[in-house]
Amino acid sequence: MEKMSRVTTALSSSALTGHTMHCHLDAPANAISVCRDAAQVVVAGRSIFKIYAIEEEQFVEKLNLRVGRKPSLNLSCADVVWHQMDENLLATAATNGVVVTWNLGRPSRNKQDQLFTEHKRTVNKVCFHPSEAHVLLSGSQDGFMKCFDLRRKDSVSTFSGQSESVRDVQFSIRDYFTFASTFENGNVQLWDIRRPDRCERMFTAHNGPVFCCDWHPEDRGWLATGGRDKMVKVWDMTTQRAKEVHCVQTIASVARVKWRPECRHHLATCSMMVDHNIYVWDVRRPFVPAAMFEEHRDVTTGIAWRHPHDPSFLLSGSKDSTLCQHLFRDASQPVERANPEGLCYGLFGDLAFAAKESLVAAESGRKPYAGDRRQPIFFKRKLDPAEPFAGLASSALSVFEMEPGSGSMSWFVDTAERYALAGRPLAELCDHNSKVARELGRNQVAQTWTMLRIIYCSPGLVPTTNLNHSVGKGSSCGLPLMNSFNLKDMAQGLGSETRLDRSKGDTRSDTVLLDSSATLITNEDNEETEGSDVPADYLLGDAEGEDDELYLLDPDHAHTEEPEYVLPQEAFPLRHEIVDTPPGPENLQDKADSPHVSGSEADVASLAPMDSSFSLVSVSHALYDSRLPPDFFSALVCDMLRFYAEQGDVQMAVSVLIVLGERVRKDIDEQTQEHWYASYIDLLQRFCLWNVSNQVVKLSTSRAISCLNQASTTLHVNCSHCKRPMSSRGWVCDRCHRCASMCAVCHHVVKGLFVWCQGCSHGGHLQHIMKWLEGSSHCPAGCGHLCEYS
Amino acid sequence: MAEGEHEVRWDGLCSRDSATRETALENIRQVILRKAECLRSVKETPCRPSDGLSDAGSLDGLNKLLAHLLMLSKRCPFKDVREKSEFILKSVQELGIRIPRPLGHGPSRFIPEKEILQVGSEDAQMHALFADSFAALGRLDNITLVMVFHPQYLESFLKTQHYLLQMDGPLPLHYRHYIGIMAAARHQCSYLVNLHVNDFLHVGGDSKWLNGLENAPQKLQNLGELNKLLAHRPWLITKEHIEQLLKAEEHSWSLAELVHAVVLLTHYHSLASFTFGCGISPEIHCDGGHTFRPPSVNNYCICDITNGNHSVEENQVNSAGNVSISDSFFEVEALMEKMRQLQECRDEEEASQEEMASRFEIEKRESMFVFSSDDDEVTPAREISRHFEDTSYGYKDFSRHGMHVPTFRVQDYCWEDHGYSLVNRLYPDVGQLIDEKFHIAYNLTYNTMAMHKDVDTSMLRRAIWNYIHCMFGIRYDDYDYGEINQLLDRSFKVYIKTIVCTPEKVTKRMYDSFWRQFKHSEKVHVNLLLIEARMQAELLYALRAITRYMT
Repeated sequence: MEKMSRVTTALSSSALTGHTMHCHLDAPANAISVCRDAAQVVVAGRSIFKIYAIEEEQFVEKLNLRVGRKPSLNLSCADVVWHQMDENLLATAATNGVVVTWNLGRPSRNKQDQLFTEHKRTVNKVCFHPSEAHVLLSGSQDGFMKCFDLRRKDSVSTFSGQSESVRDVQFSIRDYFTFASTFENGNVQLWDIRRPDRCERMFTAHNGPVFCCDWHPEDRGWLATGGRDKMVKVWDMTTQRAKEVHCVQTIASVARVKWRPECRHHLATCSMMVDHNIYVWDVRRPFVPAAMFEEHRDVTTGIAWRHPHDPSFLLSGSKDSTLCQHLFRDASQPVERANPEGLCYGLFGDLAFAAKESLVAAESGRKPYAGDRRQPIFFKRKLDPAEPFAGLASSALSVFEMEPGSGSMSWFVDTAERYALAGRPLAELCDHNSKVARELGRNQVAQTWTMLRIIYCSPGLVPTTNLNHSVGKGSSCGLPLMNSFNLKDMAQGLGSETRLDRSKGDTRSDTVLLDSSATLITNEDNEETEGSDVPADYLLGDAEGEDDELYLLDPDHAHTEEPEYVLPQEAFPLRHEIVDTPPGPENLQDKADSPHVSGSEADVASLAPMDSSFSLVSVSHALYDSRLPPDFFSALVCDMLRFYAEQGDVQMAVSVLIVLGERVRKDIDEQTQEHWYASYIDLLQRFCLWNVSNQVVKLSTSRAISCLNQASTTLHVNCSHCKRPMSSRGWVCDRCHRCASMCAVCHHVVKGLFVWCQGCSHGGHLQHIMKWLEGSSHCPAGCGHLCEYS
Repeated sequence: MAEGEHEVRWDGLCSRDSATRETALENIRQVILRKAECLRSVKETPCRPSDGLSDAGSLDGLNKLLAHLLMLSKRCPFKDVREKSEFILKSVQELGIRIPRPLGHGPSRFIPEKEILQVGSEDAQMHALFADSFAALGRLDNITLVMVFHPQYLESFLKTQHYLLQMDGPLPLHYRHYIGIMAAARHQCSYLVNLHVNDFLHVGGDSKWLNGLENAPQKLQNLGELNKLLAHRPWLITKEHIEQLLKAEEHSWSLAELVHAVVLLTHYHSLASFTFGCGISPEIHCDGGHTFRPPSVNNYCICDITNGNHSVEENQVNSAGNVSISDSFFEVEALMEKMRQLQECRDEEEASQEEMASRFEIEKRESMFVFSSDDDEVTPAREISRHFEDTSYGYKDFSRHGMHVPTFRVQDYCWEDHGYSLVNRLYPDVGQLIDEKFHIAYNLTYNTMAMHKDVDTSMLRRAIWNYIHCMFGIRYDDYDYGEINQLLDRSFKVYIKTIVCTPEKVTKRMYDSFWRQFKHSEKVHVNLLLIEARMQAELLYALRAITRYMT
């Protein structure tokens, strides 16, 4: 029987034609349902109940079922369903709790057939049995589901959801006796229609109400649920415990979900609030909808695929009082507009960058890999035709490896730790910092500190010898700033932070290009991305191993022509890095910057402050002669700070800012200062220099920064026994009444600092453990683990 | 001398570590004794005329401290603090300085002190709640002490309130308290206003703002209109109101801020209802909560007078209660009988559709005639009146003034589906918290009614909830409003109506005259239902307007 009907419907489907079109209803719709013949649709709402014929060009109103003198609440529909076997049979759920059936075959104007007033609260959902002509199921706010036999006056059986409101009920398409119901408390229950006493299975599917569910039309075990928590989940019910197989995160609570016919992995959703669009998702690609219909101006309340075997027609009703037919080919595809670009740092400073292939393709002339390790490597992957979105946007992935040693930031760490920022007279601070810088071989910085001292400390106090010395030294070094175009000679003077040890050989900046589908984000591709972190030989081997998948390409002239396309700016310095030309000054500069400058600062690194350095020299002369007030220099100092910041040495900028305090602060605008502080603190924290970063936060004068110390000072703990959060006190669990953290040495509760071994998870008071481990290397708890304290 | 208050750091007392509390207390003790010592020496030396002012100032400062100590000695959940505070007070008294004593009769004027849980005798769960509340606010307010009748609800309530006032949110802290003050002032609730004035100043609010809304930033002034509408006629809120707030150039609100503000406003409107509905007394350390007058002078008590419950009247009520004790016993029986009947005959008697519709209209219309007969106008205290612009603007019933308000159908816009999603989208986590609070309030039951046990009260609770929504024009399609008439008698309706619409007019007589046989905890339970239903109704209207603005 079932097969028969399927065959006939499948045949008729071939004739389906139509356009994207809409028609205006008189009132907001709450639900829609399609007739078996796919030529009629019924729309129901609080004050509308009509049948429309779907014609080639338009909707035509066929029948208004809302007849009678007085408006009755029985006609205020929350849901409507059309029987999938009997074209004349419809059922509606009324907001006052009545279930009404309608027989279109009745000769009179009033087609109302039967009235069931058994539910005490609003009925949220009605559902016909897919293959049984007389069985109707309803789910209501009062927590009951009722099964009606249309040949009888009242319900056959009642299923109790234990006082939780029922939001949706759906008969399984494949299992004759099974239906699923969803509840306001997040549960989903599975019932056998013959056993009203208890449900077969229950599980919590969502956090908050589950508004809807839909059985997969082909796959027996799959049930899709949508909830207020903005998720659509697909459950495999064939296993012993319901298993979540897919999860789609949407941007608003999910009101309806409907599997797309003939497309195993597609489903359509619309949302309850805020978002008016209808999305069609590929559940395997849960981040970007496969298609999107944007016709409605208010929330969509009902969706239905026009024909059970035609994937291209979707009908929808909405609160904006329109009924729409959407054609899949007219849908907008967010993927087309997406810009698949990504940038990520690896653990050891490697950088991966993925961009649309069309952009990278501009670098023409890739040649087969020749074995030169210094060249970026490109991989091309064969497209998998089975993958969705294939060819829509393929992207290229480049991976840049750090040159060993060049990324060393020890100077940064040393400087940060040894600089003195406050607590002493200015002159001493400057001297100290200058000394620190010099010891680290950063003569330019040392020079600057000395100059600051000269400028801001009263000239009388500066011994002339010292002054002479500093000026002399500056000139003997040739004042780095002045000579910045002559960096080759300067390299020694500049010290390690800008020196590149080219002689050490290969810049192991390897670039891997992967041609693949747009979604590099996901599984299979991840492996390759990970792989590229390791030295290139490994990659090579890998590539040879499966060269049906990967082609190696060599970008010999990758940078011979300047690319004319627009890329995110931060990419440029890195691109320079891999140019295989003699190390020019520009290159050097970028090389120095790239490891420690985040984002925008890198690309603006300019060589502009030529004149500032020039004047710096003349200034020191002027000072010598006429003793100008320090204010005179503040503009210069500010320029100097900006220069450092732009160079990427935000450490210098912030340190000077703190040391000089009021003297320069007013001349630099709040926002810039804040920006510097934030970058510096960020850097410090990346190097785990918590103490320094805290000191900087404390010394900063900008409000936005100093309040960082006040933010998120709460630490939440879970009990180690029952794994529940410990709400009131940090050391005693309210639920299991046990002290959670005992010191393994003194066996008392630890209320302050608790340190524990990550190997055996024993621990205790910081002092106790430290002391213990001085004398013994075994765990104090006696578990035999060799604990290590560092 | 004005910094007297600031020298003492109370926050150490909130610590859960007893050693920290100990040092903090010792600190306080020293400061206070020094001050007291200093004051006494000033007194002993015949005063120099120029010193008169600062003397008064320092006395004032000390008195504030003493009042705070008094509060701690009574209301701190930690025993050590209570004892030590009392000890300090005693030693101050020994120095010959007058110490305060609490006024009134415990946390609530309506509920005898002995019925209310004493601090110190709470069980572990309640103690945890108290400690939480104390740690967050540095006090244990009377509202908490009354709500602790229902600890399950209290926990959710405190969590929500804590989140709204102190956790992440789009509004700055002092704005939040100021909005609280604005909202409470709409109902002339001096209790809440006083509390939040302190908090407002504590988080660094500008005391100038307290001189009236016109001294606050334009942005907050713009909120005044919404505050007024929400408190008294929420059904008039349209998307134009929302638009005005959101598009006011440099004074405009962001959507997230607005939702935060709306939640705060509704929270404090309904909390004001609770304050009046349960007759919450002023906090001990606030004005009107304590006196320095020795008890022997006379038994005259300001708060009692202004609230119209002299001890004489109380006696009358009591005697009246005695007379009708058999009456009221009958009341409970009758109510239960009605519930039983409704339960049974529900399936038999089918009201027609028109009948159902008209029942709602009748109830709606009737609700406006239900008004307390005693119209003793309480003149608003000077302190608060400055926060409102026009006092005349109060609750107005639907068909008065010839305006027609379309009925709000819950099936089209309800909290669970729509309101929640909107709030959670714009102010993450709060939707969840409020949702939980609504749930707990709506589903709370101990299956008892007065002296009866194992009663299903869901029908009664639903009737109360829906009656309140009905007053706001919110209709449930699936509810038979005839039930309300059967279950809620007139004196109860008067009480509900007064609390929800004009809470400032509630008197002890009203509180006593409904449900005479019911326990106080049950009356507090009713109040919880009332305030949550009111909050939801206000939220629904405000959120619907925001939704309409967004679409």
